[in-house]
Amino acid sequence: MRSFVFPEFQIIRDEEKCGQCRACERHCSFGVHTYDPVADRLVSDESKCAGCQRCAVFCPKNAIVVRPSPSYYRPNASWSREKLEDLKRQAETGGVILTGCGNDKPFRIYWDHIVLNASQVTNPSIDPLREPMELRTFLGRKPDMMEISADAGDVEIKTELYPNLMVETPILFSAMSYGAISYNAFRSLATAACRSKTYFNTGEGGLPREMRERFGRCAIVQVASGRFGIDAEYLNCAAAVEIKVGQGAKPGIGGHLPGEKVSQAVAETRMIPAGTDAISPAPHHDIYSIEDLAMLITALKEATNYEKPISVKIAAVHNFAAIASGIVRAGADIIAIDGLRGGTGAAPKVIRDNVGIPTELAISSLDRRLRDEGIRNRCSIISAGGIRCSADVIKAIALGADAVYIGSAALIAMGCTLCQKCYTGKCNWGICTQDPRLSGRLNVDIASTRLSNLISAWSHEIREMLGGMGINALESLRGNRDHLRGIGLYEWELDVLGIKGAGE
Amino acid sequence: MGRAIRSEPGISGAKQCYQNTDTPQIDAKDLQTKELNDQLRELMLSGKKRVNIINVCGQRYIGTRLYTPEHREMEIEIFGTPGNDLAAFLFGHKITVHGNAQDGVGNTMDAGEVIVEGRAGDVLGFSMRGGEIYIRDGCGYRTALHMKEYEGKRPVLVVGGISQDFLGEYMAGGIVIILDLKDETHKANFMGTGMHGGVIYLRGTVDRSQVGDQVAISPIDEADREVLGGYISKYLERFPDIDKKKDEILNSQFVKLEPRSKRPYGNLYAY
Repeated sequence: MRSFVFPEFQIIRDEEKCGQCRACERHCSFGVHTYDPVADRLVSDESKCAGCQRCAVFCPKNAIVVRPSPSYYRPNASWSREKLEDLKRQAETGGVILTGCGNDKPFRIYWDHIVLNASQVTNPSIDPLREPMELRTFLGRKPDMMEISADAGDVEIKTELYPNLMVETPILFSAMSYGAISYNAFRSLATAACRSKTYFNTGEGGLPREMRERFGRCAIVQVASGRFGIDAEYLNCAAAVEIKVGQGAKPGIGGHLPGEKVSQAVAETRMIPAGTDAISPAPHHDIYSIEDLAMLITALKEATNYEKPISVKIAAVHNFAAIASGIVRAGADIIAIDGLRGGTGAAPKVIRDNVGIPTELAISSLDRRLRDEGIRNRCSIISAGGIRCSADVIKAIALGADAVYIGSAALIAMGCTLCQKCYTGKCNWGICTQDPRLSGRLNVDIASTRLSNLISAWSHEIREMLGGMGINALESLRGNRDHLRGIGLYEWELDVLGIKGAGE
Repeated sequence: MGRAIRSEPGISGAKQCYQNTDTPQIDAKDLQTKELNDQLRELMLSGKKRVNIINVCGQRYIGTRLYTPEHREMEIEIFGTPGNDLAAFLFGHKITVHGNAQDGVGNTMDAGEVIVEGRAGDVLGFSMRGGEIYIRDGCGYRTALHMKEYEGKRPVLVVGGISQDFLGEYMAGGIVIILDLKDETHKANFMGTGMHGGVIYLRGTVDRSQVGDQVAISPIDEADREVLGGYISKYLERFPDIDKKKDEILNSQFVKLEPRSKRPYGNLYAY
């Protein structure tokens, strides 16, 4: 059937600059650029272009510009171009529209409506270059009370502590599975996490055996509804175990890694036959209640000899705070809460764009709920879904999070341009693909350096902002909403966030 | 048909465990789950190869905390009724239950063997990837969900009675054999919904309406008969008081449930 959808992007090649080196042709996995030997020039098939900018970045002559196509339907506030084209695609195929990355719709981004405080006169600000600033964070259950003995200057903790994760900066890499992302991307995250003294999350694709000894200590391994790649060794080699109940990009639905992406190596790590669909059912079929969840949490604690904190990741949805309270009571040591803008390697667009609530609102109501119930110490909160910069991190912490997960931000650091074609497996940046030719483009040393640089840059900025507020330990900012003010928000939004309006 | 299956034993391990001085024993009476599993782990770490646990009454996760990097293995006999998640994440031990088991037997089990001289509850063999489970009687709902297989690992679940609804949902590998030795006939619905690997053998017949769209129903062939014969022998070995012969069972009618495709969601999406 002839497609009625016109190209999303326009490719302009400056023929004056173009040296016919064919770099664009080699770099594009979508097959946009081809060399015409008769005319000795390159031609482009714009209909295949994903807008990932690989060719533009790698053109040695800067001869290529890729921009959104100026062609347009008659402007219509109700029927946007995206709506029209998705509808046409569905009329042509009868299928579900897939997409990648996070929600790109103009829902209010609360980070951009919250401003931070700074010290003036009465409370001196602190210079982080001159004075120690404490970003170290412990994730996991804290005791209800702490008994200590002080003997001739020797202080000793008497209370038996629960297992905790120690991070030097409150930024962890979010769950991205080997299978969804390439081996090199996965390994880059692991390498950077260990180097930056934080953690990466394996997602539900398992942890390759050869990585366990070296990277297990900075891995949070996931147990999701598909239970891929899980055995006692996998659970025990890690620093913590996370039960994935939901994901911000696709709350309430499962996932399936298409058979094409299940290469031999991916199959080995997931422990399934190569080439079969790896299907994660929507729910865990052994969890239909909080009691069932408590059972899995305890089973995992048993399986790991009570040595590791157990995290539960849920998507932020309506009434999730009550659910989260149940999760804490079920024994979770960490709750990861993934908001509306959380990313994905593949999700039905209709789910990604319409289900869930923003993480900003979620953290605040969760923190408040747990405080009100007197159980906030029993778990740590990790906020995920739409953290774009260090200011988002610090605002999340002031709203009550203990730390954040970054997913899209980490991928962008490695080269991702959010073209949203992750589900095709043809990522030109070598991130979201299992094609060895493409994944080879991502150099682990370089990509992990970029990731570590990002962590250290953000950490430094967080210290600067903390110092500006006259605070020298992140702990003092946690849930400290007095340091936040809202701008351009309705009363109900300020109430949910628990902050005052600017000027108040 | 004669009464093939004995009446169920008492709840609290009324059957006396034989006295063998080499076999350490844990008395689970008044022990909490964690206390029982602490003791079990200690025995394993001290190098014991066998252990009997008596008076088990609802203690969960027995066998779960027995992972060691050097893959130690033990034989555990349980007298009484173990609680949920027996043998969850099991990594190569042999557990025999002289009694019934509850929900979640063999959850995400990787290797080893579980024998239940009675019936099992719901979610039996969930996401199991290796090892073998033999249940003398029937089992509950959601049996063998998302069971998998991988290279040398092919999990096997043999049930002497029948299973309830949702048997083999999302099944991705492994062998499930439901023997229905009491001729109760298979009443389960939604069998094999979303199935994309593995095989289910049912003694007797099943109606198309009881089975998911993704599943093909076919008669068994010689190769299947060989597989079945092997596991029926093993089943009878484990439950010698079952008054039936292998050939008697094997010569009954069997059907086989298999997925139509390994890619059930291949055509779900637009471009």
